[in-house]
Amino acid sequence: MPDKKTDAKSMHEETRQVELVIGKILRIGVITSAIVVMIGIIMYFINGGGGYTDGFPKRFADIFAGIAAGKSYAVIMLGIFLLILTPVLRVVVSIYAFYKEHDNLYVIITTVVLIILIFAMLMGYRS
Amino acid sequence: MNSMLLLLVMGIAAGCLGAILGIGGGMIITPVLTIMMGLDIKYAIGASIISVIATSSGSTIAYLKDDMLNLRVAMFLEIATTIGAIMGALLVGVFSSTFLYVLFGFFLLYSTYNMIRKLMDKKGESIYTGDDKIVAKLNLASTYYDKAEQKQVDYSMKNVPGGFIMMWAAGLASGLLGIGSGAFKVIAMDTIMKMPLKPSSATSNLMMGVTAAASATVYFFNGSIRPDIAGPLAIGVLIGALVGARVMQVLKPRIIRMIFIPIILYMGVQMVLKGFGVNF
Repeated sequence: MPDKKTDAKSMHEETRQVELVIGKILRIGVITSAIVVMIGIIMYFINGGGGYTDGFPKRFADIFAGIAAGKSYAVIMLGIFLLILTPVLRVVVSIYAFYKEHDNLYVIITTVVLIILIFAMLMGYRS
Repeated sequence: MNSMLLLLVMGIAAGCLGAILGIGGGMIITPVLTIMMGLDIKYAIGASIISVIATSSGSTIAYLKDDMLNLRVAMFLEIATTIGAIMGALLVGVFSSTFLYVLFGFFLLYSTYNMIRKLMDKKGESIYTGDDKIVAKLNLASTYYDKAEQKQVDYSMKNVPGGFIMMWAAGLASGLLGIGSGAFKVIAMDTIMKMPLKPSSATSNLMMGVTAAASATVYFFNGSIRPDIAGPLAIGVLIGALVGARVMQVLKPRIIRMIFIPIILYMGVQMVLKGFGVNF
């Protein structure tokens, strides 16, 4: 019969696997956003500017139109937006990881965090 | 070219320090951008919120890999912080910001005093391993490997409700005053819940990105985030955070505390003075 200590240990081992998966996915997200920002910065130097006479794009439609037109500021803004999404990615992957671990309590807790976060981000988008 | 290089270097420094201490580094980046580079405060705050996310995401990669942070503590306390932040954003203008700055400023000064007492403690960094009903129920106790002391540290914690309330207040402060809340998060875990300092810092790093994501959305769409400023800064911070997260693990907890104390003292003084209308 497993005593309390080995039980805690195997539980931690499971958590460990979960953390490694989250880490991997988070790394992909962070590297992607960093590469997009860097491409934008390189374009800035090649084009000799941001591509806008006045300001920079901040709405999705303008950002994508700017990227299509090869404007460096638009590419950097996309990279920054991807970076803003990386914490959201962390929460989403955590839900899946806890689910895999059969830890229902934390599936609920993390889902609540995700709902609050999405609500807050939508509030930010609309304001 | 020169200013982008400067932003990159500043980002590396801020990301490194932020990853070690579990703070966003906004109180360093914002003054440098406004005073030294003459940037409008609006763009400085936008850039600093992006640095918070970059510090968080960069360091979390390393802390997850090395099993330094406590994911359950992070997610449980994140509920309190995000709710606090939303309430703060909705209540802007209801409370006098003077009062809040002074209140949170004095709290930081009080925490400075607590941290110095802990540093002076002859027994060194004590690890709490006692039993606690809530900790058991939420399965919060964990373990980490201390590279500086070359040993596995099993730890528990206590006073979870107190930490939860502190986290809520930290979120409220960040929503109301637009300040980062990393320092408050570390204090909630380290001082109130008696978690060891290293996992407290690593866990705060993970949390602060999630808390900042919501406000970053606001700043992104209202045009406070300038690509020529935030872009190079973010790259620098990411590099710095990756380095800092490795440096932190080989530092003795005592040394981390020694770096932390003057920073929260500075923040506390800054906030109290700001409450009385003095900006620096």
